[in-house]
Amino acid sequence: MIYLNGFRDPLAAAALRARIADSASRLSAERGPVRLMEVCGSHTMAIARSGIKAMLPSNVELISGPGCPVCVTAPGYVDTAVEMARRGAAIVTFGDMVRVPGTSTTLAKERARGATVHVCYSPAEAIAHAQNEPDREHVFLAIGFETTAPAVTAVMHQAATHGIPNLSFLTAFKLVPPALQALMNDPDVALDAFLCPAHVSAIIGADAYRPFAAQGTPCVVAGFEPLDILDGVEAILRQMLDGRSFVENRYSRVVKDGGNARAQELMARYLRPIDASWRGLGTIPESGLGLRPEFSTIDAEVRFGLPQREGKPNPKCLCGDVLKGKIRPAQCPLFGTVCTPIQPMGPCMVSSEGSCAAEYRYAKGAA
Amino acid sequence: MSAAIQLAHGGGGALMRELIDAEIRARFADDALAPLPDAAILPSPGSRLAFTTDAFVVSPFEFPGGDIGRLAVCGTANDLSVAGAIPRYLSVALILEEGLSFAALRRVLDSIQATAAEIGMRVVTGDTKVVPRGQADGLYITTTGIGELIDGLRLGPEHVRTGDRVIVSGNLGDHGMAVMCARESLPVHPAPKSDVAPVHPLVEAVASFGDAVRFMRDPTRGGLASVAHEIVEGRPLAIELDESALPVAPTTQSVAEILGMELMHVACEGRVVAVVDNTVADEVIATWRNMPQGRGARVIGDVVDGKSGRVVLRTRIGGQRFVDRPSGELLPRIC
Repeated sequence: MIYLNGFRDPLAAAALRARIADSASRLSAERGPVRLMEVCGSHTMAIARSGIKAMLPSNVELISGPGCPVCVTAPGYVDTAVEMARRGAAIVTFGDMVRVPGTSTTLAKERARGATVHVCYSPAEAIAHAQNEPDREHVFLAIGFETTAPAVTAVMHQAATHGIPNLSFLTAFKLVPPALQALMNDPDVALDAFLCPAHVSAIIGADAYRPFAAQGTPCVVAGFEPLDILDGVEAILRQMLDGRSFVENRYSRVVKDGGNARAQELMARYLRPIDASWRGLGTIPESGLGLRPEFSTIDAEVRFGLPQREGKPNPKCLCGDVLKGKIRPAQCPLFGTVCTPIQPMGPCMVSSEGSCAAEYRYAKGAA
Repeated sequence: MSAAIQLAHGGGGALMRELIDAEIRARFADDALAPLPDAAILPSPGSRLAFTTDAFVVSPFEFPGGDIGRLAVCGTANDLSVAGAIPRYLSVALILEEGLSFAALRRVLDSIQATAAEIGMRVVTGDTKVVPRGQADGLYITTTGIGELIDGLRLGPEHVRTGDRVIVSGNLGDHGMAVMCARESLPVHPAPKSDVAPVHPLVEAVASFGDAVRFMRDPTRGGLASVAHEIVEGRPLAIELDESALPVAPTTQSVAEILGMELMHVACEGRVVAVVDNTVADEVIATWRNMPQGRGARVIGDVVDGKSGRVVLRTRIGGQRFVDRPSGELLPRIC
């Protein structure tokens, strides 16, 4: 913690805040507010927890992007997992998936009705659960971005090589760069720059954002600590003042330009790019990862003969527009009334990383 | 004596008698109120009483820093203490799972005995039931406690005023994170240790400040955040907490950060959150810091005018945000 406290230093924060205010004041008055998208859910959380929005000038807006893995998981995926549970499989999952709404139910509700749902902290626990109950099928809910995929792939590797016959994986991995491209292609979405994810970038490398910088969008990779984020915002404003756009890696203590080659290799061995359905963004070509056909023995969809379902999101839920940064959470008619962290209607309210949950919990504290 | 609890230990026959005599009466029926009857006859104290009941189902029932026995006695006594009462009498009902080892039962009973003695509380009645294997998680305990109100303390959120200070007696969230690490067998070294302890010395030490002490609560489930909301809910007051003043143990904070938990939402079992008049805040802090239970005492925030019912955190880096109540089940984040 002594190490981390250096990234939370009040004096350094005050200095960065002053530099941000200075840069923002020198931006042209004609242009509207600068809209920066923090892509990653952990950034959304960190921004909210540290009260960073209250520190920014009024012409600098932070927009939460589609980077919470739970939030972008389509309802049909939950429906499929529920069906597997109803057929007797034990579900092993990261915690915040249990409250994500499917078309008509959640894994938490199914658990109350008798389904077996193990919440895990590490994907490796899936193996222990499967070995504890060898006569029962176990399905690991393999969701997440490039950060999570390698850890799950390592477990796939163990399951495949050590022969854990009763463990399979229901995959819905998502990839960040195709989603960013989809946002840039959407004429309804006006963004000036990307604050790029920290840990995703540790895997894919800062170079992955070059195509977006080449299209004129400043891309700054920032860590998750409060000073990292302020520093990232400051770097973006500086690029804009200079009229430039390039990939700037401000998290070089963790992120390399080329990323983590071993993780990329492991992922490529087990997974292949597939078209993926994103809650709110729709289907984006080659924006997900699925198991390669040669590993169909550990593919839950194959094992249960259950391809992922379509599913229907709640039509009144505007998570899609929130994920695209088109509206702020409070502009959704369900926000804070029928949709709260206790009774979430949409996934943005479910995960603590979701932009609605973060805004509900931590909204700008101007007392 | 057999090595494990059998259903017959709850059946009312010879085995049950043996269990009660050898394990329970032997520990608790040693004073003038004697032999642990179904209904204890207590002397009338001549003061107003505080009365509380509680149920304990913690899993695992032994964890770093304590066990379900110490937790049950402290939890009950602390509810009485923060109501401004001196804990006096305790009832203890045990629900034992078939197959529970006698060794574990003895450890828990020893812990109840030692903790009650530490507080000066007497176990005066109780009950024992045994349920079939699988219907309880080792053992559950329910308690009822009676305490005598301390003269001169009038505690309650209705006494809180603008300008009062918010104080906490020690580190936040140690109990909750210790239990979670133990429950999930998280490989954390050193593991967080529960703060479970009696708080009555802290309360009694500040009784002489009288009305300048407005409110006290032990921040158990829901943590500091729930207590702060309880203080201002429905009143034209807000609480501003200062993040850099919140006392936290480094190990506990590390685990909370890894799991994505908010320590203000996590339970303590041996702390007091107090609201006191600004003029006595320093004296209360000095008093508590001289006591082993209060070494970590700090002013953590202020009661301010303003939008009613709000709890605001001034963050370490100079931002601010609202502090919400926890929303139920504490779920670990995915990344």
